[in-house]
Amino acid sequence: MTDLSQTPASGDTPMPKKQGQSLLELSDRTKRRNAAETRFKAYGIGAIAIGLLMLLVLVTTIFSKGIGAFQQTFVTLQVELLESKLDKTGNRDIDDIKKVTTFGYAPIIRGAVETKVNALGIDTPLKAKDMAGILSKDAAATLREYVVSHPDQIGETVEFRFLAQSRVDGYLKGRVSRDSIANDKNISAAQLDLVDALIEADVVEKTFNMAFILGSDASDARPEAAGMGVSMLGSLFMMLVVLALALPIGVAASIYLEEFAPQNWLTDIIEVNISNLAAVPSIVFGILGLAVFINYMHLPSSAPLVGGLVLTLMTLPTIIISTRASLKAVPPSIRDAALGVGASRMQSVFHHVLPLAAPGILTGTIIGLAQALGETAPLLLIGMVGFIASNAPDSIASGLLSPNSAMPAQIYEWAKRADPAFYERAWGGIIILLVFLITMNTLAVILRRRFERRW
Amino acid sequence: MPTIWLVLVLIALSVAGFFLGRSRALASANGNPKNLHSLPSYYGHNVALSALVPALAILAAWLLLQPMLVDTRVSNMIPQEAVPEGTTLGLVMSDVRRVAEGLDIAVAQGAMTAEQARNLRTEFSDVRGLLGEVGVALGADVRPEVMRAAQAYRTMSNTGTTIMTIVVALVAVGGFAWSYGRTHKDFRARNVVEQGIMALLIIAASLAILTTVGIVLSMLFETRNFFTLHSWTDFFFGGTWAPNFRGDSELSILPLLWGTFYVSLIALLVAVPLGLFAAIYLSEYASAATRSFAKPLLEILAGIPTIVYGLFALLTVGPALVRFFGQGEDGILGVEWMTGATSVLTAGLVMGIMLIPFVSSLSDDIINAVPQAMRDGSLGLGATKSETVRQVVIPAALPGIVGAVLLAASRAIGETMIVVMGAGAIAKFSANPLEAMTTITTRIVSQLTGDTDFASPETLVAFALGLTLFVLTLGLNVLALYIVRKYREQYD
Repeated sequence: MTDLSQTPASGDTPMPKKQGQSLLELSDRTKRRNAAETRFKAYGIGAIAIGLLMLLVLVTTIFSKGIGAFQQTFVTLQVELLESKLDKTGNRDIDDIKKVTTFGYAPIIRGAVETKVNALGIDTPLKAKDMAGILSKDAAATLREYVVSHPDQIGETVEFRFLAQSRVDGYLKGRVSRDSIANDKNISAAQLDLVDALIEADVVEKTFNMAFILGSDASDARPEAAGMGVSMLGSLFMMLVVLALALPIGVAASIYLEEFAPQNWLTDIIEVNISNLAAVPSIVFGILGLAVFINYMHLPSSAPLVGGLVLTLMTLPTIIISTRASLKAVPPSIRDAALGVGASRMQSVFHHVLPLAAPGILTGTIIGLAQALGETAPLLLIGMVGFIASNAPDSIASGLLSPNSAMPAQIYEWAKRADPAFYERAWGGIIILLVFLITMNTLAVILRRRFERRW
Repeated sequence: MPTIWLVLVLIALSVAGFFLGRSRALASANGNPKNLHSLPSYYGHNVALSALVPALAILAAWLLLQPMLVDTRVSNMIPQEAVPEGTTLGLVMSDVRRVAEGLDIAVAQGAMTAEQARNLRTEFSDVRGLLGEVGVALGADVRPEVMRAAQAYRTMSNTGTTIMTIVVALVAVGGFAWSYGRTHKDFRARNVVEQGIMALLIIAASLAILTTVGIVLSMLFETRNFFTLHSWTDFFFGGTWAPNFRGDSELSILPLLWGTFYVSLIALLVAVPLGLFAAIYLSEYASAATRSFAKPLLEILAGIPTIVYGLFALLTVGPALVRFFGQGEDGILGVEWMTGATSVLTAGLVMGIMLIPFVSSLSDDIINAVPQAMRDGSLGLGATKSETVRQVVIPAALPGIVGAVLLAASRAIGETMIVVMGAGAIAKFSANPLEAMTTITTRIVSQLTGDTDFASPETLVAFALGLTLFVLTLGLNVLALYIVRKYREQYD
């Protein structure tokens, strides 16, 4: 062995140490390399920080813009249900009362607003018609609905909480200001003055709005009355279809592929197909749904049943992949033990392997369902947008077959309407959608933690 | 819904079959299960499955095939000269179906008797008015040959449904009787049931093939129709996308492809560096605590529905970009480069954010799969950690990373909601990322929503676009898998 100090410094050593330099002092090259190291690490930290920052921005945007949808401005009024207007015959015949359209209720509301303003002694240049303009167009319909269901109240004075129109609501939420309404024909500065005075008198106030969570969509002119409830039911029915079809089919397919499939071309084709379907863009499934389910099989378009079928095809690969993973995680000794005491292969799978894999399968299914719940693109093609589902379905069959929307489709619909009041509702709808997704994913995580078994 | 009732009756029959089969088997063994070949429940399952499965299969096949057969038969009845100028047989057939549906509704509501519906003649009564009364609005007066075809359509559909009910019921009862008759203590019920279940499992697994075939066939079929109406040279080599519902549209895929690629490129420019560096940091530098905290948080980005990103692009990122690059003197940069919130950059940036976790978790797995010995060797030679990553780990993981990027690219090309809401609707060739452009998926959505007429090239072009999209993403995925598979074996 030669002494190290005797070997001459070979020529290709890039930077021989200068004479007399201390080992403790870093050479320029080392400094450069260390700086590069620090930079590289900083890039990594920066990348993660940007990612997390984006998440933060996204979440704060959603909550700051959407939380307003859960509150709504209401105007409390005492309305005298004039018999002379609502029931001219005076015999409380329900058919006669129904003949009065919402148009006939408008003067009553106008009168109620005027009475209230005069009673409070508010000085305003507005005419009664413009004063009533701070109310939603929905107010007359609310009143009519009440009168039709309570005909005995005609002639009495009843207290109502009417929705304020969307501009007034925006004014209370800070979305609308006196500057921004300069060219707005829906509201005037004088009306905002009136609203200010009514806020003082506690007539106009902002409260929690249950109707946004439970109500139905409303037409373009009445954003203040729109809600998510009916589209939530549409999503619910779709998820029922997905669960009823995708879970059994997915589990059956996984059992075959994982436990029984021989190594042959058929198995190969199936495997290739499943992994490809998992990567097919969701809109292609929408095209399939439109062409096969609606155009060829003539299933009703916009129906949650069709949506459910399309989403089933889309979720199947996800469920199959996770189910196969959890079947694979069950050790072979379980199967061998079952076979050893005389069970058939089918019995060993169905009596032993499947129950042990069940928590994993369930977790995968919930994640697949969450993915399906947030999917929008295929629903656009099968017509789950563009109309107003105003009534909740009254039976399971109509829930599956009558046209409805779904949560993400409803959000898209609101985003398309290009009105800040509907934008607020779209963000609010996203909060509701995310609450569902977070709940489902948390459930999946808890299930996995609770039942995960280490072999 | 008589079909639902039929299914319910079948299920009831099969449940009854389970108990009857089981008790018959036990009876044949004098009540002692030990004398049976299989467990008693297998005899029950045998009867239940034989009654239910073949009948349900025939029901499903019948429901699928009947509309097609009836359609062909009825459309043969319509003479060539009854198809007016400017429309097609398909349009006349949809009229026929609508009239037939209207007659069904009218009969169901009691507006006319079944006898009247069969013998109604347009020559003698106002069919349009009659159907309008029951809520079926027709665009034009019903022509006599359409009426006759509609009546034939109804008759055939009704006869078909009746025959279907009878056949399905016969098959169910037959299966029941046959398997019930075979139930005896020496009958190998378990083997038969297990074979049956195996067949069901295989069918479930084959559904994946069926779906792919369904996707390809449905799009191929309509694409062929499209190419009979529109020249394929214009579609593939034209330069303009200008659908025009009066006809004479220019429908070329090239401007859409350009928009798609441009948006995807920007998305990848955002997602690949960020995702890759995040993956490197998480797998090589981060402590276990950081990793367990940052990785799931990043992956939340992948779990957020795309509609949320779409809204984020339309209402937050777009207006923010306009404040930077637009509004002239009032803007932050004082330039007037951008007018609307929708642009290639808007959609690309947001899509990039969505793809970060996609790239990072795939690359993370791949980087972790590089053997530790290679890192140790490099570090032992005196390389710093970053030199090890750059010169040893990344080259070793490169095929996998390329695969991950290709998968991300296929995701970006197929992404719909973000581009629908963020990219705009103008088809053009432009290199300016601040302009609105449109993509394949956006055009599919806009051509297929609303009133669709499956006889016009403007609607059918969506299927050709869909097929192109399918082929593109499939190609990218296959390529990605091929690269990953080919080079993965090196270290296994």
